[in-house]
Amino acid sequence: MTKEKIIYQGAEAKICKSKYMGFDVVKKRRINKSYRIEEIDTRLISYRTKEESKLMTEARNHGVSVPIIFDVDLSNGIITMEYLNGKRIKDILNVLSEKERCSICRMIGESIAKFHNNDIIHGDITTSNMIFQDDRIHFIDFGLGEKNSEIEAKGVDLHVLMEAIESTHSRYSNCFGYVLEGYKKELKDDANLVIKKIEEIVKRGRYR
Amino acid sequence: MLCLGIEGTAHTIGVGVVKDYDGKCRVLSNVMKIYRPEQGGIHPREAANHHTIYIADLIKESAENAQVNLSDIDLISFSKGPGLGPCLRTGATAARALSLSLNKPIIGVNHCVAHLEIGRGTLRNCTDPVLLYTSGANTQVIAFAEGRYRVFGETLDIGIGNCLDKFGRTIGLDFPCGPAIEQLASRGKKYLDLPYSIKGMDIAFSGLLTAAEQYYRFGNKVEDICYSIQETTFAALTEVTERAIAHTEKEEVLLGGGVAANKKLREMVQTMAIERGASFFVPSKDLCIDNGAMIAWLGVLMYKCGIRMKVEESYINQRFRTDMVDVTWRD
Repeated sequence: MTKEKIIYQGAEAKICKSKYMGFDVVKKRRINKSYRIEEIDTRLISYRTKEESKLMTEARNHGVSVPIIFDVDLSNGIITMEYLNGKRIKDILNVLSEKERCSICRMIGESIAKFHNNDIIHGDITTSNMIFQDDRIHFIDFGLGEKNSEIEAKGVDLHVLMEAIESTHSRYSNCFGYVLEGYKKELKDDANLVIKKIEEIVKRGRYR
Repeated sequence: MLCLGIEGTAHTIGVGVVKDYDGKCRVLSNVMKIYRPEQGGIHPREAANHHTIYIADLIKESAENAQVNLSDIDLISFSKGPGLGPCLRTGATAARALSLSLNKPIIGVNHCVAHLEIGRGTLRNCTDPVLLYTSGANTQVIAFAEGRYRVFGETLDIGIGNCLDKFGRTIGLDFPCGPAIEQLASRGKKYLDLPYSIKGMDIAFSGLLTAAEQYYRFGNKVEDICYSIQETTFAALTEVTERAIAHTEKEEVLLGGGVAANKKLREMVQTMAIERGASFFVPSKDLCIDNGAMIAWLGVLMYKCGIRMKVEESYINQRFRTDMVDVTWRD
């Protein structure tokens, strides 16, 4: 058994660094939550582990950068995947030059369009869930994702990112505009329909 | 500094007097009257009429309880929004009348921010929390970031309290239905599958409400349905709160709003906090629900850092969002 070190504790999972067949890997283990009843806990953990690994594999097939999956253990809720040695977008976005920020945000938009083209909904697109490595944006944490072809689902997906940018990168809220530029360029369907939907979702919120 | 605060965003008209002790809040009085509709949901005009009847007596009572003369008050604070227009106007009108007759400054404050600040003001060691604010109309996860209270997650449709009230009405309970549902839920045993809808740090309840109403129509036991509603919605609320804590890397959780009176919700959020190694805070019940003291306290904070408002500027804003307030009183 290789020695494992917890490198990050997210809200629902512990991320350990480990070795797998000589590769540097992370093990994402979803933790049982004693605040919720077993019926909900079991349902969420196994469902999300399964969906996440499925969606990641599929996204990869469509040219989105995601960590390579080595192993999935459904009964224990563990996904073993490639270790990425890059930086979280959350940590670098505020310190980049305007030009770099613009180009990174466009890349983010293009990648989102690539998985949306294939009806993959990420479910939690925040800047914590993107890692910049080798000049590419890698997407992680598809745990709240699903397959869905509706414009509504794609709109909600982007709305999550919009809110994340507004709350965590409020000084650079123009970033979301760059994301949409990249998104428009890459999306096969009419991106304006999705953008209109985002506006509608914003208005649905309280006090808008 | 002594401040009198008037709260009147929805069903509650409340008046509180607070005193500033080296940056901590001492509540000298906190009185309120709650409008309860005879049937159906809250009717804005009727709620405002209710507030008009009680506001003058509440102001007197709050001064008596605090053992101060109205002329000793240094500042009049009122909730500027968000809320129901007629109710907000009633509170604001009373505040203006007081301000003009006593010749004391007036300040309008954001109701949601007040829920957070009263926790920081009255609870020891509560300094930089993530607030899970759950009430009838509001369901938000709020934390301080980059000079403002940012909404990290919120309901995409109805508030949790509203969800509980709507289901309560379906099964014939009186408003507010939360306490009765909590009672029923404690006798429920069987978990019925309900939609669990979270999107990032946002949350939605309307699908769950429809599903729960269906269970009722198909003759399932109300105890089991209530149990399942609480377990599912509160688990989702706890999860989005935990996500916000992980995202913001903060170490404190604070509860606020009327639904925070629910023991089950408190228990679940507390368990989550303990497992994460975060501190858990919840204000006393009369400071959790809508109340005048929290409005007074936020008025103090804003006034002390130099924010001023003229009577002509003391208008209300029904859509006054949490993240519209420049939080200049914090670093």
